[in-house]
Order: sequence, then C-alpha cells, then structure tokens
Amino acid sequence: MELLVASAIGLMTASGIYLVLRLRAWPVILGLTMLTYAVNTFIFVSGRLAIDMPPILSVDAGGYTDPLPQALVLTAIVISFGMTAVTVMMALGAFLEAGDDRVEMTDAEDGK
Amino acid sequence: MNHWIIVPVVLPALAAPLIVLGMRQDLLLQRVASVLATLALLAVSMVLLVQASTSGPQVYLLGNWQAPFGIVLVLDRLSAMMVGLTAALAVGVVLYSIGSGWDARGKNFHALFQFQLMGICGAFLTGDAFNLFVFFEILLIASYGLMIHAGGKDRLRAGVQYVVYNLAGSTLFLFALASIYAVTGTLNMADLAVKVAELPEGHDALLRVAGVLLLIVFAVKGALVPFQFWLPGTYAFAPGPVSALFAVMTKVGAYAILRFYTLIFNPSVEATGGFYADLLLPMAIVTLIVGMVGVLGARSLARVAAFAAIGSMGTLFIAMSDFTDLSTAAALYYLIHSTFAGALMFLVADLVLERRGSTLLVPMPPMAQHGLIAALFFAAAIAMAGMPPLSGFLGKLLILDALSERTDMALTWSVILITSLVAIVGLGRTGSMVFWKAWATPGEAATVRPMPLAFVAAFGFLAALVTMTVLAGPLTGWLEETARQLHDTGAYIDAVLGLGETEAN
Repeated sequence: MELLVASAIGLMTASGIYLVLRLRAWPVILGLTMLTYAVNTFIFVSGRLAIDMPPILSVDAGGYTDPLPQALVLTAIVISFGMTAVTVMMALGAFLEAGDDRVEMTDAEDGK
Repeated sequence: MNHWIIVPVVLPALAAPLIVLGMRQDLLLQRVASVLATLALLAVSMVLLVQASTSGPQVYLLGNWQAPFGIVLVLDRLSAMMVGLTAALAVGVVLYSIGSGWDARGKNFHALFQFQLMGICGAFLTGDAFNLFVFFEILLIASYGLMIHAGGKDRLRAGVQYVVYNLAGSTLFLFALASIYAVTGTLNMADLAVKVAELPEGHDALLRVAGVLLLIVFAVKGALVPFQFWLPGTYAFAPGPVSALFAVMTKVGAYAILRFYTLIFNPSVEATGGFYADLLLPMAIVTLIVGMVGVLGARSLARVAAFAAIGSMGTLFIAMSDFTDLSTAAALYYLIHSTFAGALMFLVADLVLERRGSTLLVPMPPMAQHGLIAALFFAAAIAMAGMPPLSGFLGKLLILDALSERTDMALTWSVILITSLVAIVGLGRTGSMVFWKAWATPGEAATVRPMPLAFVAAFGFLAALVTMTVLAGPLTGWLEETARQLHDTGAYIDAVLGLGETEAN
C-alpha cells in the first residue's frame, strides 16, 4: 500500500513538473493540476496510512486514522480548484489577446 | 481575549464584499469606502502597535478553540509593525490609484485591493503554519486580479507567468507543511517550536527537507536568487499602484523567513542547527548582486525599479541571515525603509509612463511636471542606493555595523558597498537618460490632466522616508526591542500554549 501511494505521488509529481516546463499555457495548466493532485494525496497520507479506520470517536472503534490531514486536504483541494479556474481564465485572456498560448515572453516584449 | 487582534483581517474582509456587492456601479462610492476602510485599518494598526509595545505577545483564539488544536492569531511587536507598515503603504497606494485614475481602468480594483490587504494582514498575524498558507493564497489570488487590472496583451502574459510561478510555489508550500506534519504531528507554530526542539535523534532527515522546502517557498515570495525570475516581469507590467503595493508582498516572504527561522528552526535547535542561516547568506549575496547589476543593465525605468527591489531584498536577507538581535533590528529598519523607497520608485515609474507612454531609457522631450517628477526620482534613487541623507544610508550603516563582528565581514561589507556603487551608477544613468537628456531633445510636452492626489501619495512616501531618518534613534531602539522579543521564543510559546492560565486577564 505504501509503495503504491508513494509511487503514485512520485509519478504525478514527475509528470506535473514535465508538463509545467513545456511553456505552453495548456500543458502548464495540466501540469499544475497534476502537481496539486500529487500534493493533495501527499497531505492525505501525511497522517500515516490507516485502512478501514474511522476518523471520529466511536465506542466500537479498534483504532483511528488521523482526521486533521483530511481537513487540511479539503482546504487544499478547494484552494487548488479555485486557483486552477483563475489560471484557465487568465491563460484564455492572454490567448485571446495575443493569438497564441506561449507562456514565455520574447526579448522585445520583455524590454518594454 | 483582545478582540482588536482580528480587526485587521475582518475589516478588509467586510469592506471588500460591501464594495463589490453594494457599490458595483458607483466608482465614487467605491473610492470613498476603500479610502475609509484603509484609513480605519491604519488607525487599528496604530492601536495594535501601542498594545504590542506595552505588553508581551498576545494571542487570539479563533472560535475559542484552545491552542494547539484551534487556529490562533498572535500579536507581537513584529507582526504589529508589519501590519502597521502594510496599512501605511496601503493608504498611499489607494490615494495614488484614485489620483492617477488607475482604479477606473477596469472593474473591481478596490474590492481586490481590500482582499489583498486582508491576506497580507492575516499572513502577518497568524500563528498557525497551515493558516499562513491559506492567507498566502488569499493575498495571491487578489494579487492575480490586481496584476492584470486594466488588461492588455503583455500584462496578461506577464500575469500568467506570475500565477504559474506562484502556484508552483504554493504546491511546494503544501509539500513542506505535510512533511512537517508527518514528522511533528502539529502545525501550530508555537507547538512546532516545542516539538522540533524535542525531536528525538534520527527523525531529523525529513524535517530538514521540509525546512529547505519552506525556505524555497519563502524565497519565491521574497524574490531570492534563484527564485526571483517572476519579479521583474510582474513588477514592470503590473499597474503602477499595484507594483507599489507589491513592495510589501516581497516583505511577506522576508517576514515568514524571520518568523519560522527564529521561532521554529532557529540556529540553537539541535536537529537543524545553523544549516538554514548558512544557506540564506550566499543566496542573499547573489540576490543583491543580481539586483544591482540588473539596475545597471535594465532598459526601462519600470525594470530599474523592479531590479532595485530585488537588490534591496538581497541587502535585507544578508542582514537577516545573521540571526542576532542587532542584525535583526538593522534588517527590520531596512525592511521598512525599502518598502517605502521601492513603492516611491514604482510610483515615479508610473508617473513617467503616464506622461511619456513608455518608461524606456531613451531621451524624449520634457514631460508635464518634468521637474517635480525628476525631483521625486532623485529622492527615490538616493533612498534606493543608500546615500545620505535619507534612511537608506542609515539602514545600510546599521547593517554594516551589525555584521562587523562576523568572520565573513570582508565578504559582506565589500558586496554591500560595491553593489551600492553599481546601484548609484545604474540609477544615475537612468536619471540622466529619462530626465536630463529630455532638455536637449526637441519636441512638445504632451498635456496631461493634473493629478494632485497622485503627487500627495508620492510625497507621502517621501515624507515617510524623511521621518524614518529624523526619528532613526527612537525607531532603532524600538526595533532592537522587537528583535529581542523575536529571539526570546519562550515568551511567544508561553503566550500561545499557556493561554489557559492567563485567560483571566
């Protein structure tokens, strides 16, 4: 289980970084999304992996899983979702104004 | 509990929706509300400053949940100072945005502005690491909106770069926080300080990694080399008043480093030791060099201002990396100074942009109010380069003095002094290209409408610098006390974790 989760996080991070470095708006946004998936999973398991355990108090529970990372990951998911929406809107705006979806700026643009 | 502590967060958080929901169609009403809310924030921050100077760290329990289980806000001298600095800067920026008409060039400037203030004040006040992340996101999402205010091809593209860079930084922040939580099981900053200091041997590898990740995150915010790439484009393309407000955004990174690496990962902690201070110093030195060489090589006034901002962050971090009372006090003095000086520089760049249509360093005919703007630039350049008589000189002097006992004094002194010379040359070149050569260039000055309020704001920042210079004695005394309180982590930890006993007062 640990191996599976760890390699999933690693794979998502690696593909996220690769996509972010593509310098086109759409792959970059997808890459950022992959990175947020990776980090959300990472937060989720930071309270250790506990399978079939309840996060809240109950009389017949044999053990508990850490509830705090679940609360943290909810916050992180909401924020990353909102941020992705903002990025999509800004990238669309830049695409419509400029006519292409490059992320980098040319020297001529940069000198202004 | 002292309810004043939450006001700097609640006040803009109420003003912003009020502006966006109730005053959407009426710019005048928006302006009045925004100015009033900002002035009220300044007044509240003054109350907090007085309270913080007269007593030790004070804690506000959100929802009255006991620390470390609930989220806390902590008011100490440093956070009160940063909130006061933000509020003072915000008053000038909001006046300038109204005076220059920037707020009328797009929708919802004032609402976004208030949300930005909420995020910044919250980041300064919070005592919880995850809550710090949330406030970072609030200030960032508002800054994305402000950055692309008024639109335009180049601004949008620079905005996308800024957003992508910061989103990557946010992801890294979450990785760092989750690693810290996995090692220590807490995210309350005071509780973290206790847990990290008591960490059993053999568990420190993950913690060190998390500490470095955090340092990278804050270095992105504070524009430390090699994480400064977002800054020149963002600051050069953002609307003038927004760039001026962003002068305090880099300081959020500096504040976070100061807070985390004195309270939690301070050099006396066994698990991490002086590791982070050793990392910070070379980064800071390179940042200073990159910034000032950038000033020398930049092709427009806006970029000169942006690179000068990077250079000032370098100077600030050199002083911070020493982690002693004296050097921290010097760093705080320089922090206040560089915020106002940077903001003034960006306002000058915007005034020039308004009149000439570009800030490129090429001779153009004199513009309207040429002499007045030239005088403002002269003052801003003196402050930025650190020449007498303005506070930049005193700030650098304090930093040099604080570093004079160190073994690497030869290195830090020579870097600071040589880069100051480079900055003087760079700023002198800028001034002569934009302002002096104008007289020798034939042509008519374009007429612009007078903007008295914009000049009031710019001269207000200059007045702040002059005040800092005149009152340098009492101010440094107060800052030394602040630095002492910052390094006396016991008082902070007791205030947060021992709140049960002090609840009676």
